[in-house]
Amino acid sequence: MSRASLFVPLGVFLLIVVIGFFGFRLSDPHSLPSALLGKPFPDFSAPLLDDPARLVDRSALLGAPVLVNVWATWCPTCKAEHDELLRIGAETGIRIVGVNYKDDRAQALDWLVRYGDPYEFVIEDRDGSLGVELGVYGAPETFLLDADGRVVYKHVGDINPRVWRDDFEPLLADLQDD
Amino acid sequence: MTEAQSIVNFGRWPWASVAARAWRTLLLLWVCATPAWAATQVDIYDFPSPEHEARYRALIAELRCPKCLNTNLAGSDAPIAQDLRRTVHKLVSEGGLSDAEIRAYLQERYGDFVLYDPPFRPDTWILWLAPAAFLLLGVIVLLRLLRQPPADPLSAAESERLHTLLNRNSQDRN
Repeated sequence: MSRASLFVPLGVFLLIVVIGFFGFRLSDPHSLPSALLGKPFPDFSAPLLDDPARLVDRSALLGAPVLVNVWATWCPTCKAEHDELLRIGAETGIRIVGVNYKDDRAQALDWLVRYGDPYEFVIEDRDGSLGVELGVYGAPETFLLDADGRVVYKHVGDINPRVWRDDFEPLLADLQDD
Repeated sequence: MTEAQSIVNFGRWPWASVAARAWRTLLLLWVCATPAWAATQVDIYDFPSPEHEARYRALIAELRCPKCLNTNLAGSDAPIAQDLRRTVHKLVSEGGLSDAEIRAYLQERYGDFVLYDPPFRPDTWILWLAPAAFLLLGVIVLLRLLRQPPADPLSAAESERLHTLLNRNSQDRN
């Protein structure tokens, strides 16, 4: 055996350390990449939260970049991001559309009165079937769509100033340049 | 484990060791069976036929709950798992979609994560091929080691030197 070959186990060990380091560090096992990225926002037809007799569909989301925010009153993280959504709506003027996910209508309307309403309109998804179409697995989730209704980005979890600045703003700037 | 350490002491009864072994086997079976009970969920659905129900059960046992890291749809209480069971029930009962199409339906919405079996694609080649590659590597290393000629026996002079060294070492220790 040559002297150099004595270092082979050390090399293998270092390889395992490096693979383990990146394998465990880079991936948050709870965050799933959206299967919808780059694809058109699915067709749907669902009632408005404040006027259930009126149905909205996909065409209501076209024409300009829009944030589609999936929220519910039973979701504490949605409360945590609410002020940030109000700020984003007021400061950037981007359209924000809500999807009220598996919630109670009266409570949801009450929430919007009490905490402020950042949404242009809110779609009611009482049984979560629109959520299944969107691949939603928990609230809050926020989709960024371009003017053609294509999903550019999806964020799972609350939108806070850091997430907005690092993840959404650059994408939004790209969309508005085009 | 000796009889004295057994969880249940069957004492000096003639069949004590047989009884103790049976008891341990029973305990083991019980422990093995527990996850199956835990994975039984309580939705009540009607199906057009027993075949539909069998397909539904097979699908929810095979698909993974998106909210959970390692639970299938059948075994999860998460609201999203309930929704997806309802979706699978609807797709199965309405007919028209094969099992493969139902899998594809959920994969389109929730990604590969819902499939416990990752698809074989260029970006998953390493996942599928790495074990075979490592096995091949091991076989190659093993063959090379086996083919190596045995080391030459020591010459008389080397033997002498080895003895001296070993003796010196043991004297040092005393």
